[in-house]
Amino acid sequence: MRNPLTVLRRRLSKHRELRADGGTASQAGSILDRDSVRSAPFWLPPFLLVGLFIYGAIIWNIVLSLTNFQGLGSPDYTALDFENYVIAFFGGTPSWSELTVSPIWNSAWNTVVLMVSFSVVCLALGLVLAILVDQEIRFENTFRTIYLLPMSLSFVVTAKFWLYMYNVETGLVNLLLGSVGVGPVEIVQNPDLKLAAVAFALIWQFSGYAMIVYLAGLRAIPTSHFEAARVDGASTLRMYWRVIIPQLRTATVSALVVLTVFSLKAFDFLFSMYGGYQPGPSADILATRMVREAYANGNWAYGSAIAVILFLMALAIVTPYIYSQYKRGEL
Amino acid sequence: MSTETGWVGERSLFGHSLRRIILYAVLVGMGAFYLIPIETGIMTSIINPASYTGSFPYLPPLEPLVPNTGEFSLEPWQGAIDGLGQGLVNSVILVVPATILSGLLGSMAAFGLTTIDWRGQIGIYILFVAGIFIPYQAVLVPLTQFWYNVVPLQAAFQPLAALPFVESYHWKLVALIVTHTAYGLPICTLLFRAHYKKLSDEMVEAAQLDGASVATIYRRIILPLSIPMFAVVFIYQFTQIWNDLLFALTIIQFGDAAVVTQDLVGIGVSQSGTNFPLRMAAALLAALPTLLVYVFFGDKFAKGVAA
Repeated sequence: MRNPLTVLRRRLSKHRELRADGGTASQAGSILDRDSVRSAPFWLPPFLLVGLFIYGAIIWNIVLSLTNFQGLGSPDYTALDFENYVIAFFGGTPSWSELTVSPIWNSAWNTVVLMVSFSVVCLALGLVLAILVDQEIRFENTFRTIYLLPMSLSFVVTAKFWLYMYNVETGLVNLLLGSVGVGPVEIVQNPDLKLAAVAFALIWQFSGYAMIVYLAGLRAIPTSHFEAARVDGASTLRMYWRVIIPQLRTATVSALVVLTVFSLKAFDFLFSMYGGYQPGPSADILATRMVREAYANGNWAYGSAIAVILFLMALAIVTPYIYSQYKRGEL
Repeated sequence: MSTETGWVGERSLFGHSLRRIILYAVLVGMGAFYLIPIETGIMTSIINPASYTGSFPYLPPLEPLVPNTGEFSLEPWQGAIDGLGQGLVNSVILVVPATILSGLLGSMAAFGLTTIDWRGQIGIYILFVAGIFIPYQAVLVPLTQFWYNVVPLQAAFQPLAALPFVESYHWKLVALIVTHTAYGLPICTLLFRAHYKKLSDEMVEAAQLDGASVATIYRRIILPLSIPMFAVVFIYQFTQIWNDLLFALTIIQFGDAAVVTQDLVGIGVSQSGTNFPLRMAAALLAALPTLLVYVFFGDKFAKGVAA
């Protein structure tokens, strides 16, 4: 880790411009006097920690996914192949098991459905709430605090609350349905409703976050834009649609990225809701499948391969985002 | 926008006030939507389990005044404290050092990558930022391998167990503290960097001209100016680490070192069915530290999540 870094640092410091303050120390040639080196005691230890634990572990995980590591014992790094990925995409009986292993399509599909439905509804609800809160209301702080409150809770706690809300006999959801003559409906264990129930509870928890991001975006729009639209004679609804919402693109993108990544992490919620590694096929997402394969079935290498796929999905969402942030100089 | 209500003001007084009434009705309705699961949980958690019927989960236990609402009792909370006590202690042992370490190291990293300005730092910083978005599944198996088979932490902890207050299972908590510190660093660095970018360069430049060392600049100028940001970062990290289940599940796995979220998963379920009052009391007890922090420092929490 350290060696390529030093090379990089040397190469970069060659192109160094003169600092405006022109401190004599930074102009002297000695490597030890360079700002990158002088500040190294501050950034290098955290960087090594991040490098080892995050990037080292990701690379190690990729290597592990190529092994046949299964059950107890330690992985064998001498025979590496892509068997786990073939199994992940096509299913079949791998060499490390006597049982047939199903492919990941079901959980991958559920992951995408959960990700899209959760983040789109969160954004829409968050936007509406932000616009409402932005109407010069009284007790604005109180409303904001209440809307964001669920986000301070753990996934585990949220799951317990909603397990109770969804309960067939005593849950509030079924009591409400009963009062309009529907139900009682089995929700938590119902294959048709499971994923929707999970998405709904997660929307409850995180729509306040979307509201906070949109509210900051709305407050950044100059008052003159609201006024100009009014002079044009635009109705309130049209004004928001034509003038205001297009200006919230940055807020939408950053909230969307964070929410999608949240939904990739919904493991804690499902584990708590279903009391273990088995949410059942209709609510199984890649995050739960990965942990189940590795920690419940002992299929460590196969779990690692699913983790690599999950990682690539996150990368596909985050890389364009970070790149655009970098281009706009917002990093 | 924040200084005028003008764009709705030209409507008739009646239309205007009708709009406001609908607006407030919607706002209050949404408030109820966010609060009701928690309110229901609180009401259920103070019902004597023996008298629990579940007919009115949202009403306080008012028997014998109101039938079928159950009798008031703190028994569920007592049960929750008994069931989660050990987990709460372990969570505190985990959260306090992990929060402080990740905040402190994050501030140092942001200082070295922002205030002290050098080319190429953006590349390193991007690696920090990307770390925020990593799905933890991508590192779980290596982490388990690392802590169980590579680092002899468990063996190193055996002699320490003779000390007062140190137990042999605490090695798992140490492993979890280091892990949470490493994975909290990216977001902490991002929050501090956003803050340091806004600080004026003048003081730092003046100090540099006076020949102050990098360490002096950090200690004398940057650290005192970071205190408001430390509050934001500590609150954010406290909530994140306290609420985490996945790392605890894969690094602690099971046993005496289990943290509160792990204990909460299985509480209140037995052969005879689900004890909802106990389960709600346990969920609320586990959420209490983060809820209190949120209620008292909500604005700082909002600042942390919005960044």
